[in-house]
Amino acid sequence: MEVIAADARLSPRATTRAHAVVRRRRYLSFVGTVVLSFVLVVWTLLPIYNMILISLEPEGDVFTDHIWPRVASGESFRGVLTQGHWYLEHFWRQFANSLYMGAWVTFLTLAIGTLTAFSIGRMRIRHGWLVSNAALMTYVIPASFLAIPFYRIMQNYGLANNLWSVIAALVAFATPYAFFVFQEYGRSIPIEVDESARIDGASPIQVYYRIYLPLMAPALVAVGTYAMLLAWNEYLYQFLLLSSKSSMTVPVALAQFLNSDQSPWNYMMATAIIYALPPVAVYYAFRRRMTAGLTMGGVKG
Amino acid sequence: MFCAFVVYPVAYGLSMASEPSLYRELLANPLYARTVVNTALFVGVGVNVKMFLALLLSGFFMRRRWWIKALLPIYILPWALPAIPAFVSFHWMLIGEEGLVDSALSALFGLQGPLWFHDRRLALGSDIVAYVWKWMPFWTLTFFAARTAIPQEIYEAAAVDGAGVCRRFVHVVFPLLGNLYLVCTLLSTVWTIGDFTTVYLVSEGAPSYSTDVLATLGIHYAFDAARPALGVAAALSALPVLIPAVLLLMRVLHTREVQL
Repeated sequence: MEVIAADARLSPRATTRAHAVVRRRRYLSFVGTVVLSFVLVVWTLLPIYNMILISLEPEGDVFTDHIWPRVASGESFRGVLTQGHWYLEHFWRQFANSLYMGAWVTFLTLAIGTLTAFSIGRMRIRHGWLVSNAALMTYVIPASFLAIPFYRIMQNYGLANNLWSVIAALVAFATPYAFFVFQEYGRSIPIEVDESARIDGASPIQVYYRIYLPLMAPALVAVGTYAMLLAWNEYLYQFLLLSSKSSMTVPVALAQFLNSDQSPWNYMMATAIIYALPPVAVYYAFRRRMTAGLTMGGVKG
Repeated sequence: MFCAFVVYPVAYGLSMASEPSLYRELLANPLYARTVVNTALFVGVGVNVKMFLALLLSGFFMRRRWWIKALLPIYILPWALPAIPAFVSFHWMLIGEEGLVDSALSALFGLQGPLWFHDRRLALGSDIVAYVWKWMPFWTLTFFAARTAIPQEIYEAAAVDGAGVCRRFVHVVFPLLGNLYLVCTLLSTVWTIGDFTTVYLVSEGAPSYSTDVLATLGIHYAFDAARPALGVAAALSALPVLIPAVLLLMRVLHTREVQL
């Protein structure tokens, strides 16, 4: 703007030319932004649109080459919700399994994560750094490389086909991350708060409950959401460890559709959409706090 | 707890795969060599494309137009969506002429789309695209959060000094986010080497196991061929790459004080 003003003092023709350049540049940037936005929307929504499209097909009409639903039918959703197909006869049971697993993974990750971070970060126990380094190692070992030994061990423990084996595995993989976020976040709470409570006669447990946990609330929300999404996203361990129809979770049931060529794909996609709803809802409910947790915590996908 | 569910599986896995003859068998198998190439391509291309686009897009989302603000929650959707439905949907989208992509190609442009899972390159490409689709939003959000922490005055100072978009990116954004970018790329590389779900559900290793990566090959060996020790060996053969990456990551984290 300074430049343009200086030009104005020199000659009116130069001013109009400068204005034209600025205007054209702005116009181009505007068009670029619109095009990029449009591309992003299509890119993001295409697979989701595909899910909805297939789930709305009436039965027997799944493989037809059109890109708009010709006859939309809610039939598959009704089928899933009433367990109306033999592939889906345990749907609600499996959904409850998924919820149960997600809830326990979230709870245990938060409990173990805060307790470790509290005892190492606030109470300064000896050799605490050993635990943090071990945690960092676990944090970076890909879980899928441990799947086969884990499967063997779970059979030795007699926990095969038990939801708790999956819960144990997921908690083991989620706690290091939780520990990091809690430790980072805990640094922002001055240690003097603890000390003054101690002087007033609070025991460590009271400090943990009354002071530490309430102050950590934003980090708790972020990590809790992360743990829940992790449990909901995970597939390999559930697929390996849960094989009976009444113990399996929705992802495993979904994958069963893939084993056959004659599966009702519209039912499968309807199940997939219903399964995808809870994390999306949780995500949008806690979105603002999650970004806050991300900036101060770690990064894990 | 930690010992029973983390240390013990690691030790058990190492002991299962300690037999040298297993590695000789792996090396003799042409499928294994191709799997290593696939893994390198999947990780190398997937991670770098994803991170770089995420870095650029995080700048795009810094703009102050109302529809860009509205776009962000939609753009984040793939991250919130569970991996299984998303990848199953990718699989069906590309299944052949009945899939949505080929249908759209023929309806809009009259083109005959390819059979995506009949060609190794196309199938691996689909895996990478699905992977980028699922994970790019998360990293974009991470970089976006880091960018909002950069004081606005620095951009304005650079702009007043006459730096265009490109020069501002090279001289302002990149030096400030470089460390974070390095850490995120390393972390993402380590996780992607162990990624199982994408390849297993999108291309299913098709055509005939030629797009398998190490993680899926290990599972195939262990459960389809009933050779669990060989499966563990296949997975653990990634350790020579994994351990240096992890050590480098720890060094960067310790020495540079990266604020994640």
